Amino acid sequence: METEPYILLSAILFTIGAVGVLVRRNAIVVFMCVELMLNASNLALVTFAKANGNLEGQVAAFFVMVVAAAEVVVGLAIIMTIFRTRRSASVDDASLLRF
Amino acid sequence: MKPVIDYAELWPLFAVFGVACIGVAVEAFAPRRVRYPVQLVLALAGSIAALVGVVLIGRDLSSGGSVKGEVVMMGALAVDGPTLFGWGLLLVVAIAGALLFGERRLEGGVSAFAGQAAALPGAEPERDADAVRLDHTEVFPLLMFAVGGMMVFAAANDLLTFFVGLEVLSLPLYLLTGLARRRRLLSQEAALKYFLLGAFSSGFVIYGIALIYGYAGTMSFAGIHEAISNNLGNRTMLLIGLAMVLVGLLFKVGAAPFQAWTPDVYQGAPTQVTAFMGAATKVAAFFAMMRFLYVAFGSERWSWVPVLSVIAVLTMVIGAILAVAQTDVKRMLAYSSITHTGFLITGLVGARSAGLLTDNEITSTQSVLFYLVTYSFMTLGAFAVVSLVRDASGETTDFSRWAGLGKESPLVAGVFALFLLGFAGIPLTAGFAGKWAVFASAMSAGLWQVVIAAVLTSALAVFFYVRLIVVMYFHEPEGEGPSVALPSVMTAVTIAAAAVVTVALGILPGPVLDLAAHAGDFIR
Repeated sequence: METEPYILLSAILFTIGAVGVLVRRNAIVVFMCVELMLNASNLALVTFAKANGNLEGQVAAFFVMVVAAAEVVVGLAIIMTIFRTRRSASVDDASLLRF
Repeated sequence: MKPVIDYAELWPLFAVFGVACIGVAVEAFAPRRVRYPVQLVLALAGSIAALVGVVLIGRDLSSGGSVKGEVVMMGALAVDGPTLFGWGLLLVVAIAGALLFGERRLEGGVSAFAGQAAALPGAEPERDADAVRLDHTEVFPLLMFAVGGMMVFAAANDLLTFFVGLEVLSLPLYLLTGLARRRRLLSQEAALKYFLLGAFSSGFVIYGIALIYGYAGTMSFAGIHEAISNNLGNRTMLLIGLAMVLVGLLFKVGAAPFQAWTPDVYQGAPTQVTAFMGAATKVAAFFAMMRFLYVAFGSERWSWVPVLSVIAVLTMVIGAILAVAQTDVKRMLAYSSITHTGFLITGLVGARSAGLLTDNEITSTQSVLFYLVTYSFMTLGAFAVVSLVRDASGETTDFSRWAGLGKESPLVAGVFALFLLGFAGIPLTAGFAGKWAVFASAMSAGLWQVVIAAVLTSALAVFFYVRLIVVMYFHEPEGEGPSVALPSVMTAVTIAAAAVVTVALGILPGPVLDLAAHAGDFIR
């Protein structure tokens, strides 16, 4: 199987996610970009599993999904609390703590 | 191959996770008024039982000179000398953490955690929750889950376990950060920042893991070592993978240039959480980092030693310079923790292969292990003292409010000054012995540039520690001055123990250094 296209796609997805985290201002969108990074890693993991001919990468992909789900629970709870307090989910508005 | 679980070596880990799960059940089923004592006793009993387990397992595995390690759980975890040392230290910090979390006297009968975290700050439901003296006893199970994750992280012997451990330790900490009773906006904001940046960095870790796996074809550290030795595959991919995993690890320990979250989170989190997190996260992350770098990437040393040397210098310098400009005690301690991360990395880069070592020379593992012991006790003690200095609105951490503390309470000011001098590395405190160990390790590896930078930074660091001592003793208080609340026996015991260790390790570092040497090396 040709693996380069898959790796390339996962690298592109990862980059979109990473750039998104840095440029977007809404906490929910930032969080979705992090999820995109995790899913890009999943694609890379299963591709490498196929290329290496063992299952470790696929197993890892399942674990990453579980971790991502747990992260959603914690993350949305935190973002919801801060949204209810401030009526805004912008990461720029949260600026009480600074140098 | 039939999967086996090595209960004999792993039961401390199961004890911690078991207690955490029981704690969740207690929250669900026990009536509210018994939850606090039950949770506190559970957390303490679980940690103490696990600590006893670690000692017993250490005695079992000790044969002759050093501890012989075992790879357990089909290669997922390594129980060896450093692992047991790390587990012991983490559990001691966990006991101190549970004692601090259980403190209820300072707030007049309730804990330092929000009465009802879901209620809006200042709104009716929050006042109702305060009126009936609610507090979140969920913090104890969260603490135990974090400790369990740290123990897994410190022992992880393959990349997948490494990632899962990292997440299990991080997620509870994000929540704990946001649960402060006072100054809830700050606390929630700290939790948001910690969470978003932490999730971002774990994205880097997992992508790096994918690339390393793509190179080596296996997740196990030993397999990666073998693949690197045989130089299979695409080296670019390996190095990018290594760099991305290091980004995540350096974020967790708060090293430059990924240190930006540290002051915000340390300041915003409840002080008890900061005490626990500042000590334990660093311990776990440094054990994981050492195992990852020494075991999997030991033969790639020349790729990471130069990079980490630069990062060590950068971290020390940035931490020390920014700490000078701080006027908030918690924030200053946060920058000081960044500086200490730099010192720890200085010890870590002193890694050499065993053949190059002569007898009685301090190894880099030994020096980092010892430094972590000194650092975690001083951190616990210092933040525990910070939680005692209060005014009407709760804890007060501004320098101007600490003026005259020496007159108000000579004991508290004296103990805090002891911790500050320890951080500064004044002789006869633990900090001096720790610094001496890491500098010796880096020096014998020939990294004299890093050591010179570290010594100069230490001198700069003395300035900002001593400045706070001057404020406490020689400045006139503004207005009525600070007041020191009388803590319950739990916080008092923690502070006393931390102070005793700080002095004892300064005068007699030998036994702990020997224990660290006895722990030996990471097994493959």
